[in-house]
Amino acid sequence: MYDYFIFSVQEGLLYGILALGVYITFRCLDFPDLTVDGSFPLGAAVFASLVYRGFGPIESMIAAFIAGALAGLLTGVLHTFSKIPALLSGILTMTCLYSINLRIMGRPNMSLSENLGHRTVFTMLRDSFSGIPESYLRLFFLIGLIFLIKILLDLFLQTEIGLAIRATGDNETLVEAQGINPDRIKLVGISLSNALVAFSGAMFAQYQGFVDINMGIGMVVLGLASVIVGEVLLRGRIILVITLQVIIGAVVYRLATATALNYGYSIGFKPYDLKLFTGLLVIIILSFPVIKAKFRRVK
Amino acid sequence: MLQLEHIDKVFFKNTPDERWALRNLSCVVQPDEFVTIVGSNGAGKTTLLNIISGNHFPDRGRVIIEDHDVTSLPAFRRARFIGRVFQNTTQGTAASLTIEENFAIAYAKGRTRGLHLAISEHLRKIIREKLAEVGLGLENRLRDRVGLLSGGQRQALALLMATIGNPKILLLDEHTANLDPKTAEKIMNLTNLLIRDDHLTAFMITHDLGDALKYGTRTLLMDDGGIVLDISGEERKKMTINELLERFSERRHKKFANDRVLLSTETKEG
Ligand SMILES: Nc1ncnc2c1ncn2[C@@H]1O[C@H](COP(=O)(O)OP(=O)(O)O)[C@@H](O)[C@H]1O
Ligand SMILES: [Mg+2]
Repeated sequence: MYDYFIFSVQEGLLYGILALGVYITFRCLDFPDLTVDGSFPLGAAVFASLVYRGFGPIESMIAAFIAGALAGLLTGVLHTFSKIPALLSGILTMTCLYSINLRIMGRPNMSLSENLGHRTVFTMLRDSFSGIPESYLRLFFLIGLIFLIKILLDLFLQTEIGLAIRATGDNETLVEAQGINPDRIKLVGISLSNALVAFSGAMFAQYQGFVDINMGIGMVVLGLASVIVGEVLLRGRIILVITLQVIIGAVVYRLATATALNYGYSIGFKPYDLKLFTGLLVIIILSFPVIKAKFRRVK
Repeated sequence: MLQLEHIDKVFFKNTPDERWALRNLSCVVQPDEFVTIVGSNGAGKTTLLNIISGNHFPDRGRVIIEDHDVTSLPAFRRARFIGRVFQNTTQGTAASLTIEENFAIAYAKGRTRGLHLAISEHLRKIIREKLAEVGLGLENRLRDRVGLLSGGQRQALALLMATIGNPKILLLDEHTANLDPKTAEKIMNLTNLLIRDDHLTAFMITHDLGDALKYGTRTLLMDDGGIVLDISGEERKKMTINELLERFSERRHKKFANDRVLLSTETKEG
């Protein structure tokens, strides 16, 4: 019981990084970006293949971050330069990434194991703080990491470029009328978003100790689920609260799915039902305001 | 100074739906001129402003602002010359951002935007002063989201944002049409003040013929993509709404047709 709670929180925090990325595209830019399903495994693949080649975990994570930014840039260019609709741009990049990720890995899955001499941030952490139980150590580290990311993102979203990103999804005409090139702003936003997603993928690879070519399936919807669960819980209006609610949304979402898995067996819930669970959750939350309005009118 | 030379604008060119929004339109507007524009529905008034702002590009002709040929510059590249307020009160501001954040976006106009915090105490002071001058009680609500404001408050904010970066030209597209009469008058007074104090070349589309003659220094009457009447100076001072309508039907051999036009009390016939 206790174990599944602490593991779920850890995983939720890892997904929180991805959810912050999804928040930038879906909410700030109003750009439904499906690149995520490809850039999440991209980050993991880049990380693992670099560690296999003897690079340290820190450099490999930075490389994963940059690779994600490039994937986002491709989607952004497809949309702004080639004028391909948002959804299709993301699908195209995602499709290309499937092959690219296989190329990077050279096989459909890789394991990161201490026995093979692979170092990760978690092995580094354990070696530096040997006195503390490992699950606590991981938890504290992940909380610290996500708050560092949150604070940096909060600051960024309050810079001149950050404001432009947040205004673009709201009112592109205004952004243009204020002398900002909306295309450039979208490129920056989509790149940053996918950089965070890929970073999340690299963290996840280290956390679970392996990379699988299919680990990205459903990640867009998972990120979106986190964002909207957070919105339902906190309804934040200022950016400091909004980023916090995205993280909380990811953790709560992860706890909910873990609970469904742990206790749902009695009603026949299987691990492969998880995506259906996520999909239904998003559908219900998104449809709720419409259904509520209909009900009011009927009365 | 703004020069428009032989502007054609055609939508759906070479298709059965082809539509000429502007036809060989030429016009020179001097600095300090405040031009009001009236005309029937679909006359091309909004298209004219879109051509000036760079939201549409002409099929023929040139747009020259202060001796720069800007004909092919996209909207964001001519934005430092131009401020714009729309009829739709949601169009001039970003609803999910706060008042001060909206202002900060406008304040950075004309500069390359960087990675420093957009809002400083210095800027807050400027914003507070500007808002206090307007007298809508917004100066103490800097951190409120703009989505919470009324249409009039948003329009006032949009006006301040459009003029804060010292543009040369101000484009107003029926910007008081969606407001109640009292708020509309307030916004009109603010508009007048800003245009006068900042020496702006201004264009204002209105469907209120009374306003068209009351405000500004020059009135253009548009029909079917062209300017059919262009009055200023003494002639304009003496002009009444009735006369304006008569002049229109003389020229065009038809009645002025705009279902939304306000004929005030001067005209008796509907
Ligand atoms: N974006 C557009 N696409 C197609 N047709 C347009 C567009 N904008 C304007 N038009 C057409 O151009 C003509 C002039 O429109 P507009 O400038 O909006 O008129 P006004 O503002 O004077 O009412 C109309 O016939 C209109 O249908
Ligand atoms: Mg119009």
